[in-house]
Amino acid sequence: MFSLMRVDFHTVFPLRRARVHEVCGPVAMGFAAMSVGDGALWIRESWMSDTLMPQGLLPIFNPARLLLARPKDQTDALAVAEEALKDGALPFVVIEITRPLNLREGRRLQLAAKAGGTTGLCIISEGMGSNAAETRWHAASIFDTQSEDSTLMRWEIKKNKSGTLGAWNVRWDQKTRRVHVVSPVGERPGSARASG
Amino acid sequence: MWFPRLASDRVLRARLVDGPFAITLKSNNTERIYCLNETAEGLGLTRGMSFADARAFCPDLISQPARPDLDARFLAMLRRWATRYCPWVGRDGEDGLVLDVTGSTHLWGGEAEMLADIRARAMRAGLTLRLGCAETRGAAWAFAHYGTGTEALSDLPVAALRLADTTVTALQRLGLRSIGDLAEAARAPLTRRFGPDLLLRLDQAMGHIPEPVRPESEPPSFATRMSLPEPIGLTEDVMGLTARLLTPLCDKLNRYEMGARRLTLTLRRVDQGSQQVELRLAAPMRDPQRILPLFERGVSEVDAGFGIDQIRLEATQVEPLPVQQIGSAQTSPDQLNDLITRIGTRIGLENIQRFLPSDSHIPERSFAIAPAAFSTPDSAWSCLRPRPLRLFSPEPIAAHSAEPPARFRWRRMSFTTGRAIGPERIAPEWWLPDEAWRSGVRDYWRIETREGRRLWLYHTPQNPGWFVQGEFA
Repeated sequence: MFSLMRVDFHTVFPLRRARVHEVCGPVAMGFAAMSVGDGALWIRESWMSDTLMPQGLLPIFNPARLLLARPKDQTDALAVAEEALKDGALPFVVIEITRPLNLREGRRLQLAAKAGGTTGLCIISEGMGSNAAETRWHAASIFDTQSEDSTLMRWEIKKNKSGTLGAWNVRWDQKTRRVHVVSPVGERPGSARASG
Repeated sequence: MWFPRLASDRVLRARLVDGPFAITLKSNNTERIYCLNETAEGLGLTRGMSFADARAFCPDLISQPARPDLDARFLAMLRRWATRYCPWVGRDGEDGLVLDVTGSTHLWGGEAEMLADIRARAMRAGLTLRLGCAETRGAAWAFAHYGTGTEALSDLPVAALRLADTTVTALQRLGLRSIGDLAEAARAPLTRRFGPDLLLRLDQAMGHIPEPVRPESEPPSFATRMSLPEPIGLTEDVMGLTARLLTPLCDKLNRYEMGARRLTLTLRRVDQGSQQVELRLAAPMRDPQRILPLFERGVSEVDAGFGIDQIRLEATQVEPLPVQQIGSAQTSPDQLNDLITRIGTRIGLENIQRFLPSDSHIPERSFAIAPAAFSTPDSAWSCLRPRPLRLFSPEPIAAHSAEPPARFRWRRMSFTTGRAIGPERIAPEWWLPDEAWRSGVRDYWRIETREGRRLWLYHTPQNPGWFVQGEFA
């Protein structure tokens, strides 16, 4: 079973352009920040009280290149996302989803991303996925027994419209500002426990 | 034209008061009377009197604080009104206008008729007005301020020459009381004693030295409008008209090197109702092709009713926008600004924000969130120690020791501490009162749990307690 899931990370990770993807899990925000290349619009409804911390983004990308949109509800959030995806002025759009998208909404986002050549990423709660998404990821941080520099995470691709599934342990390299795959899952001791 | 009671007349025009009325201005730490009406003057009050004294003299005095800015605007309005008599109208001090009526009096049937007309209109408007008409500007000022009837210029006191108070007093001590006395006196000693200003004023009043009236230009108004013979109702028609109005407006903005920041499209319906579409732009702009699509959303929401027969487009807020060389430069900032505007018309321009660095050690205050349309990006971020990606308001957990707890529960999940990095002590900023930091200094710990999650905890030693405030990626 594991041999079937062996798929090269680089074919899936810089998320495919002109598509909308989904991510869930405890460090979904970290995943979103690490997939942003350069310049993004982050759409977050205005009633949410916790914030992104720009100093926390600093090792990942320059927070000056981030714009925040604070719509009042999800309808506005989706309208803003569609507008931004279609426009293409910002290459990446992150949308925090609070209620499940229906098929029409998901499809409209896909079409907008295709029109603008931009990448969209919906941060969803577990089980809120939409059928229209190109890929769906689960991101969880795992405890690193060996190293002090701990950005170790387990990224698992749970849905892929144009490829196979897979799971990787990755860490963020601050110097090169890139995601590095540590070693395939299943070959490290204790990885079965860490996946929970 | 001199309006001796400009400030009080302005207020009384809006709200008529029977009885004494005064405008007060605070100067040198005391309220002083700045302007007052005739009734108040009749009761013995004077300008410059302290307000407390005035209240003692006249207990039923009604007063208002002075608004010099509104007075200046009122005078500007009067200046504009006065252009009905002649095109050369300038302001004279804070409460006067000067008109160069040469060549325009015959339109009113002569000088006397024109003055009578001005006087009648001012009286109807409730303004106290004193007029002086003479061959020179200086003489007209003298007659307006000091003339009482039919005397000649040389009979007026020297104060009528627009001189400083000290000069006037000194001249009176010398026995030179009227302008005639001054004109007959030897010029050289006067210049030596009082400087060139005195004789300059005298010559200006006598007409030996010209003193032109400087008319003010009208501030440009960035508005266009169109009336239609037949009412329209289709969105495409309205957009087409908007495009036709936008082109001359943008040409005008271009001529003045201005850019519109806020545009209002007023659509007047056949039944006299009107609807407005307001457009706020993220950056000053004057390109019709780019502004037009931004109106689409607003126009589509308008209820045309029985049809629209007048349409007006106004740039209600403009900012300087110099002409720029176009060419190899990237167009991406423009595109981004357009996007911000388009999103802003839906969710409000203030709700599109960006992070700005802020100089503070307190995590919550180490960054500021500012509207993107009214700020510029700043990359001067500094961060000595790792900070979490998500920051939330502190959530207490049950733990008591000063060392990080080995096991704890947070958000209904139980965690085992795998590694604790810290502490990092952050002291409250005592100069800024903050309710959340009342509990004193905080020792921040970065906790890596065996379950995977990496949390930012802090301990308050002065007020023992543990809190979770953030989560790392």
